[in-house]
Amino acid sequence: MPGADKETDLSERIESFLSELKRCGSGAGSLRGSAETARETTALLRRITAQARWSNAGDLMEIIRKEGRRMTAAQPSVTTVGNMVRRVLKIIREEYARSRGSTEEADQQESLHKLLTSGGSSEDNFRQHFAHLKANVIEAINELLTELEGTTDNISMQALEHIHSNEVIMTIGRSRTVEAFLKDAARKRKFHVMVAECAPFCQGHEMATSLSKEDIETTVIPDAAIFAVMSRVNKVIIGTQTVLANGGLRAVNGTHTLALAAKHHSTPLIVCAPMFKLSPQVSDTPVQSHLHDLVKLTSILSKVNAHCPVFDYVPPELITLFISNIGGNAPSYIYRLMSELYHPEDHEL
Amino acid sequence: MADSDGRQVDSINHSTEEGVKLQEIVQAKCEGKELTREEKQRLRKEKKQHKKNKKDDRGPPEKEKEKEKASVPAPSKPATQSPAHKAPVPVNASASESPVAAEKPAKSKAEQRAERRARQDTERASKQGKKEGGQLSASSKPKATPNELQPVVKRLPEHIQVDDPAALKKLAKKLERQQVPLRSDYGYKVSLFSHLHQYSRKNPPTQQISIPATVIHPSIVRLGLQYSQGIIAGSNARSVALLHAFKQVIRDYSTPPNEELSRDLVNKLSPYISFLSQCRPLSASMGNAIKYIKKEISNIPSQCKEEEAKRRLQECIDSYINEKIILASEAISKYAIEKISDGDVILVYGCSSLVNHILCEAFEKQRKFRVIVVDSRPRLEGKEALRRLVKKGIRCTYVLISALSYILPEVSKVFLGAHALLANGYVMSRVGTSQIALVAKAFNVPVLVCCETYKFCERVQTDSFVSNELDDPDDLIVTRNGKTHLENWQTVKSLGLLNLVYDVTPPDFVDLVITDLGMIPCTSVPVVLRVKNVDQ
Repeated sequence: MPGADKETDLSERIESFLSELKRCGSGAGSLRGSAETARETTALLRRITAQARWSNAGDLMEIIRKEGRRMTAAQPSVTTVGNMVRRVLKIIREEYARSRGSTEEADQQESLHKLLTSGGSSEDNFRQHFAHLKANVIEAINELLTELEGTTDNISMQALEHIHSNEVIMTIGRSRTVEAFLKDAARKRKFHVMVAECAPFCQGHEMATSLSKEDIETTVIPDAAIFAVMSRVNKVIIGTQTVLANGGLRAVNGTHTLALAAKHHSTPLIVCAPMFKLSPQVSDTPVQSHLHDLVKLTSILSKVNAHCPVFDYVPPELITLFISNIGGNAPSYIYRLMSELYHPEDHEL
Repeated sequence: MADSDGRQVDSINHSTEEGVKLQEIVQAKCEGKELTREEKQRLRKEKKQHKKNKKDDRGPPEKEKEKEKASVPAPSKPATQSPAHKAPVPVNASASESPVAAEKPAKSKAEQRAERRARQDTERASKQGKKEGGQLSASSKPKATPNELQPVVKRLPEHIQVDDPAALKKLAKKLERQQVPLRSDYGYKVSLFSHLHQYSRKNPPTQQISIPATVIHPSIVRLGLQYSQGIIAGSNARSVALLHAFKQVIRDYSTPPNEELSRDLVNKLSPYISFLSQCRPLSASMGNAIKYIKKEISNIPSQCKEEEAKRRLQECIDSYINEKIILASEAISKYAIEKISDGDVILVYGCSSLVNHILCEAFEKQRKFRVIVVDSRPRLEGKEALRRLVKKGIRCTYVLISALSYILPEVSKVFLGAHALLANGYVMSRVGTSQIALVAKAFNVPVLVCCETYKFCERVQTDSFVSNELDDPDDLIVTRNGKTHLENWQTVKSLGLLNLVYDVTPPDFVDLVITDLGMIPCTSVPVVLRVKNVDQ
């Protein structure tokens, strides 16, 4: 039966995606960028919408929620997967509301009165069937995909507004967003870049070689020298793995030190992060990676504890500006953007 | 001085003789044989002669006065000042004739006597200090007495003037005169640091020295090689090795005839010191040790017999090592152990011999604590500290410096070592120390710096750029996941690698400095320096 084939095909795809996620070790500088992960997740969700069997919005949301839970369980540190799931859920809610004909503005205006009086009964349970819901949802997901494809370009287009000539810019590790940002600015302006190599995996080396190929004056510095050279740095531009709801960051380890050093010298800290990195939910367990050939002390390794955390938490007071595909924002505004992207009931998948 | 007597002949004969003698000297120099004092003087004379011939011939008395002034430098001042007075003229093998030449040999004896007299005067004056401050002979330059608040005319150290071609030329001439090989810079230097040297470990300066080394004592050559390859690293280790090498030099030293041990030995040490600073710039502790030795040597009374003098010097060196390093570390441990309580989690950075000693002592005194060792690329010195502590039986954890904010919430105290303490209260230490102090301050963890007083220096510095050391940039290259991204960094025009060795920590990050004189705040360093100078 064609339906069953479609279903098995779908579940196969889901399985392969999950296994890829599990393999994608969070430590070794992700095998593919988060933009790619976001695109693949969204494409998979579109496929689920198209091929899975559902009759009303509630069913669809249940299916997506279930798959989303499985995907986030496969690799909890890759938060973009969960973010995309929540975006799609919000899309479904919006399309349902539009089909029902209720005014969108009233729903979106979370007036204080409404927040106080909403007892959970304001929303129905999405059981009504609409013929065109599927088509509408798929169209909306396509829009989301085009938005995702353009995020890096949108961010890079803002580069010239933030970098002037003869600046010294510091960055850490390897971020494809920051790379594109700097390369775009380098087409018109001349500046210096200092890249902190971010041991133990030293992703900074790759970043530096790629920047220097575009004729940008680049210097690689070890992590220990971050504070020593900070006094000559004009701006710090970094990427991040996740942006938290309070405006804080979950970024590669060493970023907190960098942020503290920047604060001490009153150097602005700019974070280039596309909107799909905004995450309302972050797991508390610190993620640690394997210490490869880092410690060649086999004789005493048994008596020593070694730690190698992958991410750092950076509090929002150390951050000056967020640059995303929809423009620049202060960290204090992030919570508002979060509420526009995700529905509060979806925060917990 | 048979030569000068024999030269009371015709000027023509004299000049040809001079020419022949000169060629011999230059030949000897090329072969690396050590020149005797007279030969060196003759070379100098020839250079001066050429300079004089280039300008108009001046009168002899003027020349004599100038020469006297030029040869006055006290032994305590490094001999680098003399090239400024000697003409920078290349020695030509052919001596040019000049009527002045005939008078020179006669002058040389008198001039040397005057020289010696002047030097004795200045030495006596510096020994007695303030009393004879203003009564020195008029021809000698005013001595800078450190006890008074007179403006000290400081000479900029050469190793931070690499971007000045005049300074480089001066250095090259000085090294040539001392027959010390000049080391060339390596690799693309980051523009912020173009005033510093950057050497490669693959080209040690010992490659250019002939074997057997006759100009530079072999133990000094070995020491220089150990410095440049990083075999001996760490402020205390370097100073102790230096002092031991000097002891060996003194043992093998024999005063040449008609020379005073107190003056000649100091002159002998100058090329050694130049060589060592070519291998690796001198640390503050080494600088203080050298100053001490030179002072001790010049304080040897002239009637002292050679064996007695050598024995006395070796005793001085032994007592210096014992007092300033070994006993100091005992005193510091005693103070520091009061600060370690049971249940502490102590963070240390890199490998500081003093901090390791403190922790081992505390462990022996049955304090219960555990240690977190923070390490950083590219030196990874923390591994050595880890090894030593684990051998003692202390419970340790190992992290890299990028994991600092992750591990700091567990830490109760931070112990740091220092390379030098500057007069404005800044702590100069291994790069990364300031970062640790910064993050510890942000987490409200107390930072204690342990430093012996012999590492205090009178320099002031506010950032890590103006005076620092650049290590071999190739050290940053590493292979990860089978790929070495920076392998061909030299071919890429706009790519630079920066391997800093030191950085300065502002005093507001440091809560306490533990020295052998007690526990002081960071800002009391100039007080200690003043007290030390008054004592000496």
